[in-house]
Amino acid sequence: MTTDPRALPGADPHTGNREVDPVTGYDTTGHDWNGIKELNTPFPRIALVALVLSFLIALTGWILLPAWPYGRDYTRGLLGLDQGEMAQEGARAMAGIRQDWLGRFADPDFAALAADTALMGLSMPAAGRLFGDNCAVCHGRAGGGVPGFPVLNDGYWLWGGDPETIAETLHYGINSGHPDARFAQMPAFDWMDRADRAALAGYVAALPSGRADPASAAATLFQDNCAACHGEGGTGGLLNGAPALTDDAVIYGQDVGTVMKTLRGGRQGVMPFWSDRLSAAEINLLALYVSRLSVETGRRTE
Amino acid sequence: MAITATLTLSERRIGIGLSISLALLGLVMAAAARQGPMAVHGAIALALGLGLVFVLGGALYDHPEPGPGRLGRYYDAPTRFGIVMTLIWAVIGMSVGVWVAALMYWPEATPLWPATSFGRLRPVHTTGVIFGFGGNALIATSFWVLQRTARARLADAVSPWGVLIGFNLFVVWAVTGYLMGSTQSKEYAEPEWYADLWLVVVWGAYFVLYIRTLARRAEPHIYVANWYYLSFILVVAMLHIVNNLALPVSWTGAESFPIWSGVQDAMVQWWYGHNAVAFFLTTGFLGMLYYFLPVRAQRPIWSYRLSILSFWGIVFFYMWVGSHHLHYTALPYWVQTLGMTFSVMLLVPSWASAGNAIATLNGAWHRVRDDATLRFMFVAAVFYGLSTFEGSFLAIRPVNSLSHYTDWTVGHVHSGTLGWVAMIIFGAIYSIVPRLSGRADMAWPKAVEWHFWLAVAGTLIYVVSLWNAGITQGLMWRAYDQNGALSYSFIQSVEAMLPYYAARTLGGALFLSGAILCALNCRATMRRAGSISDAADRPLVAQPAE
Repeated sequence: MTTDPRALPGADPHTGNREVDPVTGYDTTGHDWNGIKELNTPFPRIALVALVLSFLIALTGWILLPAWPYGRDYTRGLLGLDQGEMAQEGARAMAGIRQDWLGRFADPDFAALAADTALMGLSMPAAGRLFGDNCAVCHGRAGGGVPGFPVLNDGYWLWGGDPETIAETLHYGINSGHPDARFAQMPAFDWMDRADRAALAGYVAALPSGRADPASAAATLFQDNCAACHGEGGTGGLLNGAPALTDDAVIYGQDVGTVMKTLRGGRQGVMPFWSDRLSAAEINLLALYVSRLSVETGRRTE
Repeated sequence: MAITATLTLSERRIGIGLSISLALLGLVMAAAARQGPMAVHGAIALALGLGLVFVLGGALYDHPEPGPGRLGRYYDAPTRFGIVMTLIWAVIGMSVGVWVAALMYWPEATPLWPATSFGRLRPVHTTGVIFGFGGNALIATSFWVLQRTARARLADAVSPWGVLIGFNLFVVWAVTGYLMGSTQSKEYAEPEWYADLWLVVVWGAYFVLYIRTLARRAEPHIYVANWYYLSFILVVAMLHIVNNLALPVSWTGAESFPIWSGVQDAMVQWWYGHNAVAFFLTTGFLGMLYYFLPVRAQRPIWSYRLSILSFWGIVFFYMWVGSHHLHYTALPYWVQTLGMTFSVMLLVPSWASAGNAIATLNGAWHRVRDDATLRFMFVAAVFYGLSTFEGSFLAIRPVNSLSHYTDWTVGHVHSGTLGWVAMIIFGAIYSIVPRLSGRADMAWPKAVEWHFWLAVAGTLIYVVSLWNAGITQGLMWRAYDQNGALSYSFIQSVEAMLPYYAARTLGGALFLSGAILCALNCRATMRRAGSISDAADRPLVAQPAE
């Protein structure tokens, strides 16, 4: 038994008995797959036109653009385009526009730059985007910091908040591996007796509120072990990367638990160096921007 | 009827033999690896093999052997199992999809457990829906369509089970591997070397079964649906093997290095990646469309000639277009040009398919109006047309410079997978499940209508929100102010996505709820099986000579 339409009794040996579809008026191809049939619809002209049109578009592309490989080379195309050159040209053109104002920042005369209000109005919004793309991931969108990453808009500084110092930090980083990096380390005091560490932690935690007892044994411990970096009485201000412990600015936290953790394990935060990634002008732009963050929040006056 | 009752005694014995081999393979893998993903996967294979031995061995003499009369019927038990797996993977894969979509909106919700990180869950979603949901649907419907268009029973009764169970083992290995952090970092081809090898074996068995059955066909011409299913099986094998060529670090661990490197690796990856879209997510489903749409509409295919144009156009042009995923990269410009121009030429054959499907509905529009199942297929054809147009458009280099790396790409993929692939699967499922259950319709016909509108609403919300998201991202990233500085920092473009990410999560959740409804409806239908049978739905058995 077969469904071959040509083999059916009385059928045309070439085409079979073709049924005509009443809806479209076309005959079928004569095949039947468990009830599925196909119409013998003529090839729609629009499909052919579209096909030819799409071939022409492709052909145009092959003529104008680099397209077909042959041997060790490829057809270059009439336009002679090179995607690397095009990308560099675009970048150069944009850099040329930026050069008008960004070029001024190549000279780190921050006082003169800050005094030029027109330049500031032009450059500070751009600096904000630069900060958003490079700094905000650790220091927060507005420079508000998160535990472990210092606040940049509160007027408290580890190394100094003038644009020159910030620019240097940006260039070389802190503990960054750059040969000129700033180095800072809070050593671990795991060798110290745990009871002493606990007393010290209580003392340090009480420093900002002024309730730390300067006559206590912990105060002596502090004097012997901490004051060299954090200053007499923990007042800081030595600009060596060690924070003041008497103010309300914190990096990791100044509650007893966090200080205990810091004492036991030490701390050595990293600020990467940016001289490979940003131009000197961009670094100066950012330095000026960061130095002004605390002015904008009103936490510090110039 | 129990599955074992459909097998003869010797087939049950062969099944036990294969199950013991699987258990031994699992044991060897687990013993050799001792720890890590490969050991867990060995244990899974061991458990599955032993489980099958118990099921088959326990029922070895329980059921009478099916008589020779079985050869006068189609073998649909594997299709039924495949549909069940399709629905299970749909719920798993889409649930994980909705969850990771929610994480995009609310990343803080990520639990502090590595297995639940976005990076591990995302491939669970893609593999779960593409291979679990799509793959099972393709295999299950291909058995159904092949037998009916060839008017021949499957060539044997054991290998369909081997294909389906083996394929699902591959998917289970894949998704559990991701949760354990095992991946070879190739998109849509993440599973490690032993899972890839296993799939080659399974796929080879699938191909052989398909060809053997097709060779027994009663109609001299091979129906279009079978061209498409066959291209899907054949080309996926080719893509899978070439893309996954890798050197294992050792035979006892789940790590390997691809033999390709650098830009060649990227090109091979996207040759595979785009042809996975073409031959996994398109041609197989076109096979599905070419069978279920005319059957459901009770109309002849509108144009045989258009079928030829679209089939050969699609299989020829698709092979070239993978490089459009690598515009403006280290890939040489000329390769990009070829990818772009072939993508443009691909549009016409793609639209010929969509147009052929829609024109087939001429004379059946009243059925489209009344029958949600046929409406699923109609919407599938429309979305197929829309997403192939969008695909060719996005492949044009300057357009790609706006869309690439944005959520527009994600929106495009989902317009294809939700609007086209999933819709045609649901149309096929609602066509098959009542027939499998001896019924005239689904147990809850109104739920099909609800599912349809949930699916359409979910797809539209999802796709439109990600179009907006992607174009917004693309424009924000390339915007410079008049002074040559970027207008937005990257994080601003992330913040701008929040409403769209919320909307896409909602769209995905609607689509998922429709799929869950479908699964429950199928369960209810299978449990309330009737006894309707179609006398014409039989293989054409050659009459013995007298």
